[in-house]
Amino acid sequence: MPRRNPLKSYVGRVPNPISPQTRAAHARIRGADVTVSVCPYCAVGCSQLIYSKDGKIVDIEGNYESPINGGTLCPKGAATFGLLQSPSRVTTVKYRAPYGDRWEERPLDWAMERIAQRLKETRDATYEETDPEGRTVNRTLGIGHFGGATLDNEENYLIKKLFTAGLGIVAVENQARI
Amino acid sequence: MSADGSAAPSHAAGTTGARPGAVGFLTDTTLCIGCKACEVACKQWNGLPMDDVGFTGFSYDNTVDLGATTWRHVAFVERAGDEAGVRATALAPFQSAWLMMSDVCKHCVHAGCLEACPTGAIIRTEFDTVVIQQDVCNGCGYCIPACPFGVPQLSATDRKAHKCTLCYDRLRDDLEPACAKACPTDSIQFGLIAELMPRATERVAALRERGVDGAYVYGDRAVGGTHGIDGLNAFFVLTAPPETYNLPAAPELPQDKTLPAFLSTAVAALGLCLAAVAALRGRR
Amino acid sequence: MADSDCVVIMGSNMAENHPVGFRFVMKAKERGATIIHVDPRFSRTSALADIHVPLRAGSDLVFLGALVNHVVLSERWGRDEFFQAYLRHYTNAATLVTSEYRDTEDLGGVFSGYDPDRRWYDPTSWRYAGQRGPSAGTGGHPSQDAMGRTEHVGQQGDIPHHDETLRDPTCVFQLLKRHFARYTPELVEDACGVPPELFLRVAEAILRNSARDRTTAFAYAVAWTQHTTGTQIIGCCALLQLLLGNIGRPGGGVLALRGHATIQGSTDIPTLYNLLPGYLPMPNATQRHGTLRDYLEQETPPKGALHALPSAVVSLLKAYYGDAATPENGFCYDLLPKIGADYSFQAMLLMMKDGAMKGLFCMGQNPAVGGQNAVLARQALANLDWLVVRDVHEIESAAFWYDAPEVRRGDVRPERIKTEVFFLPAALPGEKEGSFTNTQRLVQYHDKAIDPPGDCRSEAWFLDQLGTRLKRLYAGDTGPRGRQLAALTWDYPSQGATEDPDLDVVVREINGYTVADGRPVPGIHALADDGSTACGCWIYSGIMTEDGTNLARARRGDDRASLGWGFAWPANRRILYNRASADPSGRPWSERKRWVWWDAERGEWTGHDVPDFPRDKSPDYQPPPDATGLDAIAGDSPFINMADGKGWLFAASGLRDGPLPTHYEPIETPVANPLYPEQPHSPAAITFPRPDNRYHEMGDPRFPYVMTTYRLTEHHTAGGMSRWVPWLAELQPQGFVELSPELAAEHGIANGDWVTVSTLRGGVEARALVTPRLRPLSVGGKTVHQIGMPWHFGFGGIAQGGIANDLSALAEDPNSRIHQAKAFTCALRKGRLDEEGRGHR
Repeated sequence: MPRRNPLKSYVGRVPNPISPQTRAAHARIRGADVTVSVCPYCAVGCSQLIYSKDGKIVDIEGNYESPINGGTLCPKGAATFGLLQSPSRVTTVKYRAPYGDRWEERPLDWAMERIAQRLKETRDATYEETDPEGRTVNRTLGIGHFGGATLDNEENYLIKKLFTAGLGIVAVENQARI
Repeated sequence: MSADGSAAPSHAAGTTGARPGAVGFLTDTTLCIGCKACEVACKQWNGLPMDDVGFTGFSYDNTVDLGATTWRHVAFVERAGDEAGVRATALAPFQSAWLMMSDVCKHCVHAGCLEACPTGAIIRTEFDTVVIQQDVCNGCGYCIPACPFGVPQLSATDRKAHKCTLCYDRLRDDLEPACAKACPTDSIQFGLIAELMPRATERVAALRERGVDGAYVYGDRAVGGTHGIDGLNAFFVLTAPPETYNLPAAPELPQDKTLPAFLSTAVAALGLCLAAVAALRGRR
Repeated sequence: MADSDCVVIMGSNMAENHPVGFRFVMKAKERGATIIHVDPRFSRTSALADIHVPLRAGSDLVFLGALVNHVVLSERWGRDEFFQAYLRHYTNAATLVTSEYRDTEDLGGVFSGYDPDRRWYDPTSWRYAGQRGPSAGTGGHPSQDAMGRTEHVGQQGDIPHHDETLRDPTCVFQLLKRHFARYTPELVEDACGVPPELFLRVAEAILRNSARDRTTAFAYAVAWTQHTTGTQIIGCCALLQLLLGNIGRPGGGVLALRGHATIQGSTDIPTLYNLLPGYLPMPNATQRHGTLRDYLEQETPPKGALHALPSAVVSLLKAYYGDAATPENGFCYDLLPKIGADYSFQAMLLMMKDGAMKGLFCMGQNPAVGGQNAVLARQALANLDWLVVRDVHEIESAAFWYDAPEVRRGDVRPERIKTEVFFLPAALPGEKEGSFTNTQRLVQYHDKAIDPPGDCRSEAWFLDQLGTRLKRLYAGDTGPRGRQLAALTWDYPSQGATEDPDLDVVVREINGYTVADGRPVPGIHALADDGSTACGCWIYSGIMTEDGTNLARARRGDDRASLGWGFAWPANRRILYNRASADPSGRPWSERKRWVWWDAERGEWTGHDVPDFPRDKSPDYQPPPDATGLDAIAGDSPFINMADGKGWLFAASGLRDGPLPTHYEPIETPVANPLYPEQPHSPAAITFPRPDNRYHEMGDPRFPYVMTTYRLTEHHTAGGMSRWVPWLAELQPQGFVELSPELAAEHGIANGDWVTVSTLRGGVEARALVTPRLRPLSVGGKTVHQIGMPWHFGFGGIAQGGIANDLSALAEDPNSRIHQAKAFTCALRKGRLDEEGRGHR
């Protein structure tokens, strides 16, 4: 046993005063609402717990219960809170007019109506009831869709349903291809 | 035990001076995949801002070191080619050609920072961890040279000293620290030192059995044992000499080389007392 | 995967891209499994492997083919009754192929049936002997892509001819043996740059760990798919794993590691032009798909599980068109649009660039960075009339008109770009509910915690709103355009402050319900082809119980198959074809690898998993000659989606580029094809030769280096969800290229220097990361240097860098229409891009 400096040992163990902040310290998720979620990044499918208080997310962590990740996360999964709270996240509609040199702010409702109008215009101009050989096709090739593979299954279902079955847009693709 | 495993085990190997009930980290580098989940989980929980180091060209390490806003740091050491440029294809069973190690505050059994802190901001908690109390710290910076591992640093924003708290706030609610929880391969394990230290020595034995001859525990009493640190509450399973990971082979408390801070303070206090006594006497 | 005795990671950088999935590899390793990483680069995956095999990007199929050859020539494999029983009962090894079939070995690099003018195959000569008519499903004409879809052979009543001795020269086993005979360790050295002794070390490890009581798993990702021969590379691995008896058993398999949260789900419930939900082929005007009856006759196989296709199709039409869909009007089949050509991702870019496609929705994708030949992709976006981008950050695809490199340089001016751009901010998981399907087909639900900020909305909200508005705009239109929309069922109740559509109703529709009372159907078997059921995606049927419980929300895990956690389609099975985990008589192959087995006493299949087999079908069941559907599958035939119930070593139909995997060089390569010098590239590969998408000739001295692109742990795809997030941006803050010290020395490049990489498509600058983790390889006596470049970076966000896809070209696998980004050639020089943006000089 190496000789220990008794003085130092003593000093090291003298309890310094506990500050008010230290005394009050506790995990900020104490008493928070817990929601079960799934990591939005890769396809491993890690379960996450979202902690929120008063309509604000205060923390996102791995879910111990999951047979997949058992509470763990990778750096991207661990940054999910940072994604939701990203300082450069856009939360308003931006509009760029044809040949414009700047973004303009527009109300969401205005944008939705304008998009519906533009879609109708293009669909009407490019709709084919039959192909050049006279076969019924009921489609438009004038409009396309690139989807992300981080959209929900239900959303993908609605995309295919509305765009293809409802509007005849056949060029509907997503990142699974690329 | 020496880093290259050649020396006979020292009597201090596998033991620690940690108090009963102390908690800490076992960081097993042989399980680390260098994903940096620990860095992000730490920043996320502790609300730390990004560092703005930029591209370093130093392997995949772009946060460089522990600092005021980086409390977990993954070091990358590339050894894929030897000096002649020859690359091996058969690899030692665990991490040999690209070392990755998640570094963190060691929460020393005898902590230089704590001993150097003149304001009482740094405390040893009920979990035997070392925490800088932000509402006490005045940013004097004495703790910085006092740490043999270069852990605490002053923040450019609030000019106070910061380092890993071992998620003190989480421990108060029986939650494991954010980094250990996130670690996908359990390279970072949290628990009672009394359980982690035997696990580490067993792991080293198992690794040696599987041919990892260089495996050893860094942070038992053998490290700094003759210098009074008496063990680290955050210790590591390493496979290369400590210097490879930018860790001191024989960490020393600066207080061992100079007059201990306590003593100098005491001497100064004594001097003041004497002066006061002299002054009082002088009035008479 | 934790049950594996050997894990081969090839075409994937699993530790970096699926760190949490890699937990299971680490668990296997802790238990003593051998981990092998075959990859051009030494990555974080290699660091944890026992063996790293550096090979030339684009030569994977040679390596796999040589493993196949090594196995079939191995003495142990030939006499081990496990392998031989698995081979004879569970694969089509004994099936005879038509005598018209000719191999690439006979025809200098092409199979019989090749039409060089149209660059496609007539697969008629690849069919089984004794099979009448052309192979169903392909019809001698390129039809549906084979993506994820199993096609079928055999007309009703056809009994393929067999030779159980496997000696007939036209049997599948002899054909494959001959096909792979030249895939030797020496060829591996010549084509891959891998020394024979290293190859043999891998081959022996795999063989040693494949047996009655041992299993080897392969894990791959997009480094296999992103080649012009991607489907064949994966097919070759499946072939190898069938030979080794590693399919359908715990710790075995060919695991696809997918990169997006629900990339599996987005092919199951596809937003892909050529598929309807559940891998149903999209009706095609160039096929015999004119009426519903034609379509069903053409697409329904007489045998196997897919015989139930008409119920799926009719139920889908009922889900889409509701009451308007009646038996009398063919369930509105005429309203379903018909495709007639290729409208996949790359074709769409050209349609936009050339002005045929005028409007685009871009929802969670970033083609300005992630699209191949991204220079062309941005030109395509700039030629649209209008563009709707829905994302969380102002990604490059929204900002291209003022911030792209060509605009910053002044080559293109915003006032010349006509595109009307709408950026609509999107909600994220946590702010909306919905499900993801993970890489193992496991559907998991994420609940909503809070409302999204500001104008952020879910995609579901956007679509619901858009559909409602369009229905209003088209009200009274009685032409097909109006009828298509009017018939569409689109009345989802809304809920919450944001008025999102009620997804329980959508999930019920996906699951399927009885039209009469709206109650969820209990599973696929309950679907009918008479219009009495509606179902949005037949393979997901069973996800909602009859009392309306969404099983994607089930959250009871355990340490075995966790059948109580989420819902794995189909029917909650965790391992597909798991009948193969038992021997032909239904007993587990071994105690150690027990998974699903026949309980003779109770007369049913049972085990740790949901059996992927008719529950009461005895192992000795032999189908009568006129049996159809599942009844036509014998009790010892686990592959119930195939018409013959066998695992296919030889693909008698369904592939467009040959029935056996064959090595071809990438479209751009520094070396010749050592197997077929006259046929360097895949004869069926899809290319787009045009001035804005030029290719490099083989061995072009201006572009001597092999480029491969990849991802990093710290970022996600084209960066929209990572480069703007500070905690991720700081970890990999800038674009870089990795190159070997040897190559760096040739150009005088020091670590950290700026370098410029270029191709005939474009040039990009990046920082050099000089590392011995890359190494020059000796390929066919020639030194080949490889350069690696992460493709995450772009001109937006916090972490920025040159766009790797400005270098890549449009070129595709003919089956999946997935592009080639894992191997092409490039030039390299020290220094930054010049002012004109020129890369090479």
